[in-house]
Amino acid sequence: MGFFFHIGRYFVMLKKVFARPERLKMYIRQLFLEIDNLGVNSVWIVLIISIFIGGIMTIQFAHAMENPLYPSELVGLGTRDTLLLEFSSTMLALIMAGKVGSNITSEIGTMRVTEQIDSLEIMGVNSASYLILPKIIAVVFIFPFLYIISVFFGLLGGLVTGPLVGVITIPEYIDGIQWLFYPYFITFSIIKCLVFGFLIASVSAYFGYYVQGGALEVGKASTKAVVNTNILILFFDLILTRLLLT
Amino acid sequence: MITVKNLSKSFDGNTVLKDISITFEQGKTNLIIGRSGSGKTVLLKSILGLYEVDEGEIWFNDRNLVNMGEKERKALRRELGMVFQGGALFDSINVEGNVRFPLDMFTHMSSAEKQKRVEFCLDHVNIEKQAFKLSPSEISGGMQKRVAIARAIALNPKYLFCDEPNSGLDPETATVIDQLIQSLTKEFQMTTLINTHDMNSVIEIGESVLFISKGEKEWVGTKHDILNSNNQKLEDFIFANKLYAQMKRGQ
Repeated sequence: MGFFFHIGRYFVMLKKVFARPERLKMYIRQLFLEIDNLGVNSVWIVLIISIFIGGIMTIQFAHAMENPLYPSELVGLGTRDTLLLEFSSTMLALIMAGKVGSNITSEIGTMRVTEQIDSLEIMGVNSASYLILPKIIAVVFIFPFLYIISVFFGLLGGLVTGPLVGVITIPEYIDGIQWLFYPYFITFSIIKCLVFGFLIASVSAYFGYYVQGGALEVGKASTKAVVNTNILILFFDLILTRLLLT
Repeated sequence: MITVKNLSKSFDGNTVLKDISITFEQGKTNLIIGRSGSGKTVLLKSILGLYEVDEGEIWFNDRNLVNMGEKERKALRRELGMVFQGGALFDSINVEGNVRFPLDMFTHMSSAEKQKRVEFCLDHVNIEKQAFKLSPSEISGGMQKRVAIARAIALNPKYLFCDEPNSGLDPETATVIDQLIQSLTKEFQMTTLINTHDMNSVIEIGESVLFISKGEKEWVGTKHDILNSNNQKLEDFIFANKLYAQMKRGQ
């Protein structure tokens, strides 16, 4: 019963979120603030994680492809396709669910327990729409850019690390990342990013918006939001992969 | 004027308000008093429309909140100002921005007009200009309450609601807040409802006092009538306050 209750309430919330804004100008102002807060502030963490993961994957692929029968380009190809298909979309979404998702839940949850949301409602503001819609649009908008940044710096990480530790040369790596390239992989992953971005923002907002109690409950709601968002990301990853890639 | 008729409200079968009928008059500070858990906040939030009532009517002059659609409710809410117990100021914007928020959202004033209105409201609650750019976390509890009052009056409301405006404040600051609410009520001719269990507020500004106990209307009168009341539950409540007990005994 609890599961269906949450599903029902989530869609009721979404209906409120996508209602007509009271003052579009205020929503647009809020949207830019959210793009900065949720998106631009996440660039550094995405960049650092991607460089390291790119480097680590290159070393691991090189280790796994030590057999001289395997062409050396496979190291670059493996790193590239892992980044393009899974890491920079799905794994990044899981990381972002932790960073951005918990931020959204705690911010909205704190506003709930300190009566700031009641205050908006009494003024006649659609609080769900004003607080959540800009966050959803901001995360959905910024996620594809973060994906591109992640792929680029992941490949760069491999390019620097591989030759540095002596597992592959720069020309071999560059040949590898250009070998058997399917541009559709990028389209596929950007579609995933849009879906994951929506899930991260809306599910996290849901847990914050309906929190009851005090600071302890806000913390618990943040944890629940991250866990549930991660499960949903993996579930939708499976569905989208089945629908769009096979 | 706000008229409540036969209002009842329960949560999960637990009755919190039973058949409350009362009229809150315009231009007066109407106090709702009672012990913690007596149903004061539920009554206030029901009148505000934050809770759907089980039975009864809530009239804002000639408009019944209970029968209103969502659009009408939204329109009515623009006539309401609310001061929450904790202030409920928006953390992410500064003092000035908090007061400007309802103006940005609901008016077509120019920037200069908004600024003038913000300064007018903050000046009315005695907030100095140096504090305009500070964030809510950088100002004291008393100042937060005053900023919350300034935000509540920004749109010239007809009705002002205050949920325990003195909680967490020292007696001197609490008196300042009480007097401020009363003077604003007179100046702007608002219908003001104040939810409190602070007997000092009753002595200070209780022009009309509703005492509720266990969700029922127990007594209605003025601050002067309280001293002559023979209601046992009211006496039990006010005698918990030693100062008030001494006043009643004429000491």
